[in-house]
Amino acid sequence: MIVTKLKPLKEILNILKEVDKIFLIGCGGCAEACETGGEPQVRQLEQELKEKGKQITGWVVIDSLCNKALVGMRLAYRLREISKADGLLVLSCGVGVQAVAATVDKLTFPALDTISLGGFQGIWPSSERCYQCGECILYLTGGICPLTACAKHLLNGSCGGSDKGKCEVHPDRDCAWYLIYERLKKVGRLDILRKIAQPKNYNKMEASQEIRTSTYWALEFEEAKDESA
Amino acid sequence: MSLHESIVSGKFVVTSEIGPPKGVNIERALKEADFLKGKVEAVNVTDIQSSVMKVGSLAVCHLLKQRGIEPVFQLTCRDRNRLALQSDLLSAWILGIKNVLIITGDHPTLGDHPDSLPVFDLDSVQLLQVVSGLNQGKDMMGNDLEGKPNFFPGAVANPGADPLELQIIKLEKKVQAGAKFIQTQTVYDPAQFETFMKAAEHIDVPILAGIVLLKSAGMARYMNKNVAGVSVPDHLIKRMSQAENRKQESIDITIELIKQLKPLCQGIHLMPLGWDKLVPEILKRAFS
Ligand code: SF4
Ligand code: SF4
Repeated sequence: MIVTKLKPLKEILNILKEVDKIFLIGCGGCAEACETGGEPQVRQLEQELKEKGKQITGWVVIDSLCNKALVGMRLAYRLREISKADGLLVLSCGVGVQAVAATVDKLTFPALDTISLGGFQGIWPSSERCYQCGECILYLTGGICPLTACAKHLLNGSCGGSDKGKCEVHPDRDCAWYLIYERLKKVGRLDILRKIAQPKNYNKMEASQEIRTSTYWALEFEEAKDESA
Repeated sequence: MSLHESIVSGKFVVTSEIGPPKGVNIERALKEADFLKGKVEAVNVTDIQSSVMKVGSLAVCHLLKQRGIEPVFQLTCRDRNRLALQSDLLSAWILGIKNVLIITGDHPTLGDHPDSLPVFDLDSVQLLQVVSGLNQGKDMMGNDLEGKPNFFPGAVANPGADPLELQIIKLEKKVQAGAKFIQTQTVYDPAQFETFMKAAEHIDVPILAGIVLLKSAGMARYMNKNVAGVSVPDHLIKRMSQAENRKQESIDITIELIKQLKPLCQGIHLMPLGWDKLVPEILKRAFS
């Protein structure tokens, strides 16, 4: 069970500052169970964004966004609406956002913060992985997570060891920042890379009391308690 | 003149570097530094370079200071979280250390303690912002400091990085975050350095070209294979392999490089890796 939390509307609007036409993607898996990314939440966010003057070109809820093959298939039917959008706003865990970003050549923005993967790493965890940092910054990085893809989890670009696109730690692996650079260049948004990314708040990795007691996650703990009782 | 004053005055400056020992016999490192005294503007002290556990940069900087040598405190993001980084910076200041060079740091797996936890709580751009904040009398959280430092922060760049644009974007951010001078990774190819300097034309802080003294053809080949962005041209490798006196050849090559790089930048950062004794002759002949 992946636990996610909706970012405050203010933060979402800030992330979407330069994006007017948006396609929304929800997740019918964990995010729906958390009541953060199912159809009701997508519809509500659609409403709220419209009220703030954003244009919504369409929306879809896909069963498990962390299943990359499925994402490609399901989005293929919606290409017309997607192509009209300037960006995709995804209501899922970090794995789902990265699966979407890797599938579509559009800027992809996270609407949720991922707090816990609860031992489950998503169906497509090999290259799109999430560290459950609780403060999703995929909107700064072209939908590639530097906390997992960069061996030093840097936030402002490659280190001195990056060599022709490869990582100093694993020369057989791509440098995350090379991938981020290439993707942002492809969508014409290198300006995002030019902004300084601020230090992370690692405190957000800890789930708040509110989340601990109000989600399905807590339910699992309760069940475990009942069983052991 | 301090390094700060020299750099700000627009003077062509030369800095150099020593590495602390693994163990407590500090004499060799200090002897190396003594060769540099009065010959260069300031001496960098590396911070657990290549992730090989050594004596700390801070303590050795303090010893240099006592000997009348101006130190540059190298500080990496690898081993300390934001609390320790800020605390060590304040400690440096009360020991009279003014220059800090902010570096990401090699990953621990490249060194002799590959099992250690890589910290990287902040990255180099963020740490430069922190130094700028301390200079304003504030810690990272905006709390007031009781007495503020006045660091002269520097940063590094790799002229051979590929893709270059990615490197330049990060360099822009380092300068925006407060870097006042740049020391580069070692350069052996003046044409490549010129390309880098063109791409960095809009960066208005002084850039010091780095040169690691070539010690042998084997070392050159090793660097070509293993160090990102470093390419020693074949003709230099050939000269080193055919040299009767490798030290003399290294001196000659370094002097030629300095002369070629001098018109392109505002200084040289010499990394002798233990051959510090050669630095006085190199500088005497390069600048006569
Ligand atoms: S930035 Fe990375 S680690 Fe943090 S929530 Fe997003 S995908 Fe997960
Ligand atoms: S080479 Fe790239 S992925 Fe590897 S540590 Fe450096 S910046 Fe991160």
